[in-house]
Amino acid sequence: MEQARYRIEVFYKAADYRSRVIAEKLNRLGCGVEQAWMTDNYLLNADITEDDAERAALSLAQAVTQSYKLNTPYNPGDFDYAVEIGYLPGVTDNVSHTVRESIEDLLKTELDVEKSVFTSVTYFFKLKDGASVKKIAEELHNPLIQRSRIMTADEYISEGGMGRRIPVVHIHERASADIVDLNISEDELAVIGKEGIADSDGSRRGPLALDRPSLIAIKDYFLEKEKRNPRDIELESIAQTWSEHCKHTIFAAEIDDVKDGIFKRYIREATVRIRREKGDMDFCLSVFTDNAGGIEFDDDYIVADKVETHNSPSALDPFGGSITGIVGVNRDAIGFGMASKPIANRYGFCFANPFDEKPLYRGKTPDTALLSPRRIMEGVIHGVNAGGNTSGIPTPQGFVYFDDRYKGKPLVFVGTIGLIPKTVNGKSSVMKRALPGDNIVIIGGRVGRDGIHGATFSSEALDSGSPATAVQIGDPITQKKLSDAVVKEARDMGLYNSVTDNGAGGISCSVAEMAKESGGFEVDLEKVPLKYPGLAPWQIWVSESQERMTLSVPDESLDKFIALMKSRGVESSVIGKFNAGTRGMVRYNGEVIFDLDMTFLHDGLPRKVLKTTLNLPEQHPSSLPEPESLKSVFTAMISRLNTASFEFISHQYDHEVQANSMIKPLQGKGRVNGNASVIAPVPGSKRAVVMSQALYPSYSEIDPYKMAACSIDTAVRNAVSVGGSVDYMALLDNFCWCDSNNPERLGQLKEAARACYEYAVAYGAPFVSGKDSMFNDFKGYDECFNPVNVSVPPTLLISSIGVITDSSVCQTLDFKAAGDIIYVIGSTGDETGGSEYELYLKGSCISADGGAGTVPAVCAASNIRTYRLYEEAMKRGLIASGISVERGGIGVALAKSAIGGMMGCNVDISAIPSENVYRPDILLFSETQGRFIVSVSPESTDEFEKIMGNTASRVGSTTSDGTLTLSRDKEELVSLKVDDVNTAYRGVFAGF
Amino acid sequence: MKPGVLILTGYGINCDEETRYAFERSGARADIVHVNDLIASPGMLADYNIFVFPGGFSYGDDTGSGKALSNRIRNNLSEELGSFIERDTLVLGICNGFQVMVNLGLVPAIGEPFGTVEASLEHNKSFRYQCRWVDLKVDVDSPCVFTRGVEYMHIPVAHGEGNFYAPESVIDVIEKEHLSVMKYVKPDGSSASGSFPANPNGSLNDIAALCSRSGRVMGMMPHPERGMLFTQRDDWTLKREELRRKGQPVPEESDGMIIFKNAVSYFE
Repeated sequence: MEQARYRIEVFYKAADYRSRVIAEKLNRLGCGVEQAWMTDNYLLNADITEDDAERAALSLAQAVTQSYKLNTPYNPGDFDYAVEIGYLPGVTDNVSHTVRESIEDLLKTELDVEKSVFTSVTYFFKLKDGASVKKIAEELHNPLIQRSRIMTADEYISEGGMGRRIPVVHIHERASADIVDLNISEDELAVIGKEGIADSDGSRRGPLALDRPSLIAIKDYFLEKEKRNPRDIELESIAQTWSEHCKHTIFAAEIDDVKDGIFKRYIREATVRIRREKGDMDFCLSVFTDNAGGIEFDDDYIVADKVETHNSPSALDPFGGSITGIVGVNRDAIGFGMASKPIANRYGFCFANPFDEKPLYRGKTPDTALLSPRRIMEGVIHGVNAGGNTSGIPTPQGFVYFDDRYKGKPLVFVGTIGLIPKTVNGKSSVMKRALPGDNIVIIGGRVGRDGIHGATFSSEALDSGSPATAVQIGDPITQKKLSDAVVKEARDMGLYNSVTDNGAGGISCSVAEMAKESGGFEVDLEKVPLKYPGLAPWQIWVSESQERMTLSVPDESLDKFIALMKSRGVESSVIGKFNAGTRGMVRYNGEVIFDLDMTFLHDGLPRKVLKTTLNLPEQHPSSLPEPESLKSVFTAMISRLNTASFEFISHQYDHEVQANSMIKPLQGKGRVNGNASVIAPVPGSKRAVVMSQALYPSYSEIDPYKMAACSIDTAVRNAVSVGGSVDYMALLDNFCWCDSNNPERLGQLKEAARACYEYAVAYGAPFVSGKDSMFNDFKGYDECFNPVNVSVPPTLLISSIGVITDSSVCQTLDFKAAGDIIYVIGSTGDETGGSEYELYLKGSCISADGGAGTVPAVCAASNIRTYRLYEEAMKRGLIASGISVERGGIGVALAKSAIGGMMGCNVDISAIPSENVYRPDILLFSETQGRFIVSVSPESTDEFEKIMGNTASRVGSTTSDGTLTLSRDKEELVSLKVDDVNTAYRGVFAGF
Repeated sequence: MKPGVLILTGYGINCDEETRYAFERSGARADIVHVNDLIASPGMLADYNIFVFPGGFSYGDDTGSGKALSNRIRNNLSEELGSFIERDTLVLGICNGFQVMVNLGLVPAIGEPFGTVEASLEHNKSFRYQCRWVDLKVDVDSPCVFTRGVEYMHIPVAHGEGNFYAPESVIDVIEKEHLSVMKYVKPDGSSASGSFPANPNGSLNDIAALCSRSGRVMGMMPHPERGMLFTQRDDWTLKREELRRKGQPVPEESDGMIIFKNAVSYFE
């Protein structure tokens, strides 16, 4: 490794709370830390004088609380070990960029962008006897992206500290485009598809994820149409463009009798039909064609919404994976239309039980252990924290959901809502068009090897061959600069004709996508700025290095655009031109290395033909044993992983920035996690955006059709509960499936998609955007190194977004005043199949074989009637608290309203309207859809009952005694202090 | 004439637009200006009466929140900012802006005029970002212009580094001269005494805001612009219910707005 000239170590003179908290956390994990200290280290590899290095050091230390050492190691005194954690070569080091810029500004000089500053952190520990410093180092870093070095105090002192080695990237590859011979057998072709193109040494470059029919189509195209063999860059580019991740081949495939495929028949067709049926009331403005889906906010604005997943990278590097995910989906908003401003983020995390410490391995050796569910959870949560907060985008809504089947691959859903004026410079903001002759300009971060094969990687199962280069770390500040420069300045100055995001496939996909608008393109690849030399052309072309956008800028505004970017600290490069031709051409130092017919690139992918099977278990009325005492059951049900408070996430995600928050992620005095949120993005306007999310993976193996129906009903109902309107609601679908080559899984998929069509149409709630991720499977080894496959349960996340025309009517879930009347709206059935209650009683996941309880069926027609009545009651201000009944049923919903209001209640279970349900536990915990619990002031009950008719039933009242009491007729079944219920609700994640 | 407000932006500042709205709603003329444009033409300061360091994540909080931006300003705008403050002007810093001001020595600026770093806003005691609503007691004897006529505020904080620290000698002067404009208190108004969550970050003496001796320069960790409207409040649905039942009207604005109104009316 190379050595830096200077090493600055910044340490605390005053109390350092970071090291205290880290020591506490390590001790919770049994690490035996007596005391900890930390230094922040900056390695300067620059030709500057020692005086200047001293000035730089001075500027890096806080004058009152910190001090520094320059080229002499810090020694905190009585320590046993020093552990330094730094990045591996080539991993994004965001802090180093800031430090470089600050030193450049201080010394009025220019430093090498990638090789002048590196950062690391050193921890010093005094340990108790028997404590393992190795275990501590493992806890403190992720070896896929970071390096660690452990020194004993003696070594540290005798060797003069950690030294000045720096992680510079050296690549010794030929930077040229190789020709790939396709005159080979089908079997040999298949190897290229599965393992990648062979390098000269015989090693493979990583999966192209192309199946046999695709490879044959490619072979035919080159050998017959082009009469030549392809270059590697052409094959890589086609693989990116055709990947499951980008082309959604399974959703596009002919499947059984559905000739058009799932997407066209069930998703897009629903939207087409709804828009037709809504007529003048259609609010869709841009659906399925852009980076996000757009609906009308008011006469002047559009809101756009997109939800993405970033699962595979998050399994390997949870922090990097999730920050890249959130910052990436922000770019979908920025790349919507002529560039919308991100106004809200949302998240959804599916994890395995974080208290499960049994390891899984990617390979047969201990060094291939997956991170534990707890580490994955902590890393993912922190990644969205860093990405969202730093970007200044509020996170008003999200959820966590737990199931052991997420142990091999977590699911990380990230979404962003954007706001854009309907017209920009007198033109529709959603009609963008790269014109022939426009310059292709990329702005933002530089290109490295990070993220190569990201798109093809996420189309494969995760196993020991999964490439670490697929892991990236987002840089929210680089993107914030870019976002502000585009959204707040360049857009309204009319400096470009089109813009899109660089996501999966990097510029290979963004340039080719935009070229659809003009015809063709020409790119000179050597003009793309690199992080370090030595990248092969194909790597530059498909790299997914983050924080980049591609714009088409006409000649007349090019100078102005470049100057604006420069003045905003945003790097921009002109790399080619769009043209009116039919081909895409890439040169590298003058040599043509890529020359493809655009029609083949976009449409040459052979359509799959898929067959499905379906074997579902029979559903029966509940045969669960009836518990003797409901009291302990009640407390247990509010403290399940899937029902407990996750306030620790809500309060670390800034949901107040941009000052648009109305109905917040935590509601009431008792700070209960709500299931829908409202933001008011246009100051001074009464209109607001309502959003919610829903998923029921525990229903999937029993009844995927009802699973999807329940998800839609819940996403809509949640939004209605806080003030949304069923008549002004759009949906987004995110299918995260598993093992999607298996006809049975495809059968479940088709059932779920069919329900999506039926229920979207029934509710008049169009799908405006969606994304699928079809292979969330893990193949590896268990704690005894026996082979295991862990597949996620078929998971469909439905996100709802709606517009509220008068946001002053919005309401929260917390009881407001003692003596209010409590109503249950909707009727309860014996529907506990796959419910949280069934999981609780069975103590584990349900297996598909054998009998199952009944999954809730959704009656859309009657629910819509109920939702419209509810909306009317809200408008008249009659509802003092409203909560949508979802996971955990009435019991959990009641507990939440009571905790939210820090107020007791008295409810007669026998008054809950039902379809012949008599068991109190079923009445309390059945997950029948279409229900709410509301409280109404005694003065308003007449008017309320008149509106609601027989859909609402009085079940009790709120009380001032702080006790939650449930009885049947006169028999008391549950009597608990709300404070105790609250303690149970909050206890689950107390250590997080 | 309406006072002119310069609201700084760039490099991760992110509360610029809502801060402009707050000032415009209070009757000011407010412009958002990129720090690079200000460095390129610092003469524009002459057009303004109020300078605002808004909230945000300047330079991603790298190397310590507010530090990198304060270095940038110190390296390029020290003199110009000095002469701006010498005029009868106001300077306001919110959250990350407060962190920048502390690292520039703009507050408490006991060693006048300013430039010596006398305090610090450290990592929260929890070492975790805290987005939550807090209760603040205003020191009515403070010289602060922004809090005139205010005794109490309910507005949110959102930060990872708001843990106020200063050496004892500095704290003594701050307290004696009433420069600690706002302190975190419990919902009932009693002292937070450092206890979480009333004091969300562990700040010494529960200090949430500081001003200079002139009272014209103030930095605060909480966000008044996020609590300027009634429906921004965390408890607005409860308050609305209470007001309705008493037959009282529901207000439009909330506690935070007075900070901006006081700033504007200073020039009337």
